[in-house]
Amino acid sequence: MTDTVPDRDLLLRMEEITKGFPGVIALAGAQLRVARGEVHALVGQNGAGKSTLMKILNGAYRRDGGTIVFDGQPVDFHSTQQAQASGVSTIFQEINLVPYRSVAENIFLGREPRRLGFIDWPRMNQQAREILEGLNVHVDVRQPLMNLNVALQQMVAIARAVSFETKLVIMDEPTSSLDEREVETLFSVIRGLKASGVSVIFITHRLDELYVVCDRVTIMRDGRTVDERPMGEIGKLELVARMLGKELGEVRRAGATGFAERGRQATDHPLLEAEGLTRGRALQGADVTVRPGEIVGLAGLLGSGRTEVARAVFGADQIEDGEIRYQGQRRRFRSPAEAIRAGIGFSSEDRKVDGIIPHLSVRENLTLAALPVLSRAGVVDRERQREIVDRFIDRLGIKTAGPEQKIRELSGGNQQKVLLARWLCLNPKLLILDEPTRGIDVGAKAEIQRLIDELADDGLGVLMISSEIEELTEGSDRVVVLRDGKTVAEIDHDAINQDTIMTAMAHGDSEPAVQPEP
Amino acid sequence: MANSSRASVRTRSLSSVTGRLTVPERFGDAGQTYGALAALILIVLYNAFFTRNFLTEQALRVNLTQVATIVIVATGMTLVIATGGIDLSVGSLMAISGALAAIIFMSQRGPLDNALIGNTLAFVVPVLVAGAFGLFNGTLITAFRLQPIIATLVLFLAGRGIAQVMTNGELRTFRNPGFQYIGMGRPFGIPFQVILMLVIVAIVAWVMRSTTFGRYVLATGDNEAAARLAGVPIDRIKLAVYGINGLLAGIAGLIVIAINSSSDANQVGQLMELDAIAAVAVGGTPLTGGRATIVGTLIGALIIQLLRYTLLSHGVPDAAARVVIAGAIVLAVLLQRQRGT
Repeated sequence: MTDTVPDRDLLLRMEEITKGFPGVIALAGAQLRVARGEVHALVGQNGAGKSTLMKILNGAYRRDGGTIVFDGQPVDFHSTQQAQASGVSTIFQEINLVPYRSVAENIFLGREPRRLGFIDWPRMNQQAREILEGLNVHVDVRQPLMNLNVALQQMVAIARAVSFETKLVIMDEPTSSLDEREVETLFSVIRGLKASGVSVIFITHRLDELYVVCDRVTIMRDGRTVDERPMGEIGKLELVARMLGKELGEVRRAGATGFAERGRQATDHPLLEAEGLTRGRALQGADVTVRPGEIVGLAGLLGSGRTEVARAVFGADQIEDGEIRYQGQRRRFRSPAEAIRAGIGFSSEDRKVDGIIPHLSVRENLTLAALPVLSRAGVVDRERQREIVDRFIDRLGIKTAGPEQKIRELSGGNQQKVLLARWLCLNPKLLILDEPTRGIDVGAKAEIQRLIDELADDGLGVLMISSEIEELTEGSDRVVVLRDGKTVAEIDHDAINQDTIMTAMAHGDSEPAVQPEP
Repeated sequence: MANSSRASVRTRSLSSVTGRLTVPERFGDAGQTYGALAALILIVLYNAFFTRNFLTEQALRVNLTQVATIVIVATGMTLVIATGGIDLSVGSLMAISGALAAIIFMSQRGPLDNALIGNTLAFVVPVLVAGAFGLFNGTLITAFRLQPIIATLVLFLAGRGIAQVMTNGELRTFRNPGFQYIGMGRPFGIPFQVILMLVIVAIVAWVMRSTTFGRYVLATGDNEAAARLAGVPIDRIKLAVYGINGLLAGIAGLIVIAINSSSDANQVGQLMELDAIAAVAVGGTPLTGGRATIVGTLIGALIIQLLRYTLLSHGVPDAAARVVIAGAIVLAVLLQRQRGT
């Protein structure tokens, strides 16, 4: 790691920060150093520890270890209020202001200028106007906040932060709900902050934005800080490689996963053809094709629209534009239930959020999607249910005290197997797997990868979303790469390797760029 | 001869129904149910020793008769709560059902003048109307995404108003043995509404355990997002539970007016929503959804009923009894929470 800023210019120095939650280590020695008046990017994959680090900085969490020096003083914030009083403000993705109160009231909420005990409205409105104009925002400060669009509401949140004599503003994905013009407005505000000596920590998943507005970048992975560089000295490709923990040009190691060597001949008739999928800002023309007996990897950085593609195909979200052909016919599933009836399964990314039904048993979780098939006149055929459950517990090697054990008591890997079995027992034609091996131990991971392989050999079409490059290079017959909601590359089997995938993620095409961008 | 055979039928039918009810629904629910069951047994034992005339047929009948309507409503409420919802409108739906039934069987016009047709319609129409209002609740919750407490507050407030408008706010008294069988009839010496209550509890407990619908209800309440991705028709399930809850409230409304020999839109079902929710909570169904024990709800309602009976028969004033019952509810829920998750 290179020292790019002399210590005396640093506003913030966080060193060797550690933080654990029951069962997980979120931060294992993270470092972040922000200079005065700089816009500092903080990037990393899902689970890298960015948000935890920011919550420790702004007082929402307490750290387990490490030091924080802010503005020359060692600090230990006990609450966000305390952090704010000391000059650290946070702008959240979801704006936490009061929609029904006026713009000026929102800026001064809790410390309104008073005269004789009453709110001094003229003074408050005047001051609010001045602060906003300082940010180059011109709105009527007396109107309710809810009348403003999201971008302007965000400006108000920033104005509120600035009015606290803020020295450092944390922006956690501020652009995720903004359109391009609004993003421009935000950037001009950020430049204004910078000009007045305020530092900004900027978290985003859109690589292009980093290069437009940020001075330096800190890259995190697995709870650690892995790099800190001036923005101009690191190209997109290298940035992506650092986030994923891969070296450019690293020789492909076979056997790191449970996948066998590729070389499967897929049939010609596509099972699924999705074209131009569009939905809000998340999907802006994504294409993907899956043939029977083929594993198609879906790659992309966080926020590139991978999960959204899966949900759109599965009928969990409705698309605004685009076409989905399934088994040669135009289909648009209005609900997951319809997609399931058509022979599609979808194992979601986050088991806890939208995978398991925690208080139901292994038996009931496993057969939940199969209940319509397993019942006559609405009454569940217990015997058939039991037989299927026993068969899959045996076949997938699910470790459980018995079919009646509650699923939440199982380990992550075994929960994942139950969820896979939920789809396999329906004999699907297309299986969409969103991060099938995330957060499970190495042994179960290899088993699940082998299983996916076998299923594809038997003719199942698999669309596999993964953040792990090895899983994609070793597991996929083809890799589709998404970037900002668009399909930017489709890499055929022989061309699949880490460099082609990462290049596409970073630049939008799979030709490896040798030189980092200036 | 005829008498003795009837008596044997009675004992057999009772034991077969209750025998089924005491079977725990699933191992997972047993803990919740057994705690409440132990409390119930304690109260019964206490009364057996210290309350005069407790072990008489009359005391049994009084308690079961009084608890029947609460249990019927609380059974539907258990389903609603299992999906993570709540229904405040049940008391008002009872008032609507009661008012409508009286209007129908007291009407002299056309075919309604015929007692059989009139009474049949007086049973069927109000229950269906209450069920339709339940579907209205469900529609507000599914199609318009209102929170259940707000959505059902609409009919909690408006429903009683509708019932009052239907009856012009007047108390209507009547004598109609055919209709009043639902509240006064005693086949085999057992109050009819008690049989009705047991049948409803048995059917709903079976539905929850053995049907796709029952599993969907629990999955919806436990993790709605996951259930939807597994193909559970969330909206239809919610519509159904509010509809069923409306139907059961409708039945309870008929029982109340039959017992009272009058239909009073101001009084029928008053505070029923709270009694029902209390019974569900004491019975061991968490209000967060995803779990349900119908038998527990029956036990919960019996506990509250017997507690009140015990206090009143020992001369504790009603006002003080309420405080004690409220304390017991808090205690029961606290104990379950400690043992549960």
